[in-house]
Amino acid sequence: MTIRIYVPKDACAIACGADEVAEAIAAVSLARNEPVEIVRNGSRGMLWLEPMIEVVTDEGRIAYGPVEAGDVEGLFAAGFLTGADHALRIGKPEEHPFLAKQTRLTFARCGIIDPASYEDYRAHGGYRGLERALTLGPAGIIEEVKTSGLRGRGGAGFPTAIKWKTVADAKGDQKYIVCNADEGDSGTFADRMIMEGDPFELIEGMTIAGIAVGATKGYVYTRSEYPHAIWAMEKAVEVARANGMLGANIAGSPYSFDMEVRMGAGAYVCGEETALLDSLEGKRGTVRAKPPLPAHKGLFQKPTVINNVLSLTAVPHILADGGQFYADFGMGRSRGTMPIQIAGNVKFGGLFETAFGITLGELVNDIGGGTATGKPVKAAQVGGPLGAYVPTWQFDLPFDYESFAAKDALIGHGGIVVFDESSDLAKMARFAMEFCSVESCGKCTPCRIGSTRGVELMDKIIAGERVTANLATLTDLCQTMKLGSLCALGGFTPYPVLSALNHFPEDFGAPPRVVLEAAE
Amino acid sequence: MPHYEPWSDERARAVIDEFAHLEGPLMPMLHAVQETFGHVPDAVVPMLAEKLNVSRAEVHGVVTFYHDFRHEPAGRHVLKLCRAEACQAAGGDALAEHAEHKLGCKLGETTADGRVTVEPIYCLGLCATAPSAMLDGKIVARLNERRLDALIAEAQS
Repeated sequence: MTIRIYVPKDACAIACGADEVAEAIAAVSLARNEPVEIVRNGSRGMLWLEPMIEVVTDEGRIAYGPVEAGDVEGLFAAGFLTGADHALRIGKPEEHPFLAKQTRLTFARCGIIDPASYEDYRAHGGYRGLERALTLGPAGIIEEVKTSGLRGRGGAGFPTAIKWKTVADAKGDQKYIVCNADEGDSGTFADRMIMEGDPFELIEGMTIAGIAVGATKGYVYTRSEYPHAIWAMEKAVEVARANGMLGANIAGSPYSFDMEVRMGAGAYVCGEETALLDSLEGKRGTVRAKPPLPAHKGLFQKPTVINNVLSLTAVPHILADGGQFYADFGMGRSRGTMPIQIAGNVKFGGLFETAFGITLGELVNDIGGGTATGKPVKAAQVGGPLGAYVPTWQFDLPFDYESFAAKDALIGHGGIVVFDESSDLAKMARFAMEFCSVESCGKCTPCRIGSTRGVELMDKIIAGERVTANLATLTDLCQTMKLGSLCALGGFTPYPVLSALNHFPEDFGAPPRVVLEAAE
Repeated sequence: MPHYEPWSDERARAVIDEFAHLEGPLMPMLHAVQETFGHVPDAVVPMLAEKLNVSRAEVHGVVTFYHDFRHEPAGRHVLKLCRAEACQAAGGDALAEHAEHKLGCKLGETTADGRVTVEPIYCLGLCATAPSAMLDGKIVARLNERRLDALIAEAQS
């Protein structure tokens, strides 16, 4: 009997040797005359265990990991094809505490199905959302999204239904759905994982958005650094088209929608929605002043919905199970679930989807297991290069848009990068300014000039030159950038800089925080 | 190792024409040109300008805006080291220094023998298994000195 083995082709698994493991399994199975069928799935998100392979047994899927090509012979010898014991045996993945503690909606299928298989997607509840959307019609879809309370998962947290309603009401001979998959933030990889592990979900979400607002064309704009995600998306688009789920008269309905995958070229600022639109049009990725909003004049000056991957992939669930079901998760004005990414110097890094409200400390210490180096945690940067460094004494902070904003922090795209005590946060503050200076689109002065001045100031501060005076100038500069920049690149670079300075002044050569507090 | 074609006007036109039917075709065209010739040569700028009915300055502006587009061909192999925060948190700084030392050139430069171009990259999205790198499109995570040495040896071969 041919036994089915899942070997992820998620980029992270591949980077850890999954292709070599798949080859070894094929070779050993042939040599031992024990036939297997290898399916390349996405990742379950327990990334420290990658490559994590799963064997389909009578008891269900049994996982082993992290597997190296050299382990394969031994796994066969131990009888892993029947789920036998082995040093690398993890057991049933869904019973692993890391997965058992999660609430997976967006990532429910990721790592379970074959991402290239339309039948697999259907068999696991795919296109239920679209089917219901077709019965509800445009106004009904928007109402359902409104009930769900879904807010833009790219970082800004803008209510998705309002955006959709604006585009639906806008007049235009052509409207577009643009998916922002330009996931440039360090510490984030949820978009990449879903595009590689469950690409049909994004296609379904974009199709529903198209029906809701009257758009017939969609674009996924993603990064050149994500070749595996691009392949997976393009393959899925082709398969969806062949099955009548993209193109004219989707699933036999009167609605038509088709889409293309486009690749950026290494510019971080193109993750800003208006720069992304310019880039799609074939221009420099320069930020546009708003208004006009993309909802009125977006891609090629036509009404455009531009949403993050995680917003669009939440939509099929909202439609399938109803907006209220989704809204029942979360806290305050942050409804539903958030796929959180735990990364950097962390023991158990991966993708953790959960309802809003979990604390940062639980995520870093309990779920992430603290640092990989074993040294105490110093801080976690939440929300990418533009996110604040949150010190351990603020780890009781619940994961929620408003709670983070109240502490001068942001949840952004849900990425957490853990740093241990050996990190120098003055150096990280300098890096934030340097990154901004390299990636600035150049349109507005606070960002273009301010970031360069910021690097110069940080160099002086690190060299111990007139520290007090230079820190005062730095703080002032940050204020100017925050208030005067056109977009989040210049406007949010002060978050990592000022949070590093406020929480860890000793790294900047200033008196330590305890002394400052005592003096207050 | 990637193989690139020698420059030819005719071939460049054919590559460009392939994308002429798209909306906003310039980025796909530039990617295809670079994939074909290994860089974006000056000679292609007027061709694109003519095809898209825009000024040369506009095309030049786009080519120079994006980090990916090369004005000069790279070394025979391109090693990209992730230098973003998650990789820095996991010891990426020391590895970058090690690579610079080993190759005898700085990030962003090509070795004197033209074999290896080493560049920083800002996030490969492998942040939970940091530090990471990419050698000619092959991605590697959980980088340490030993793995990096192997990558460098592969690039220098």
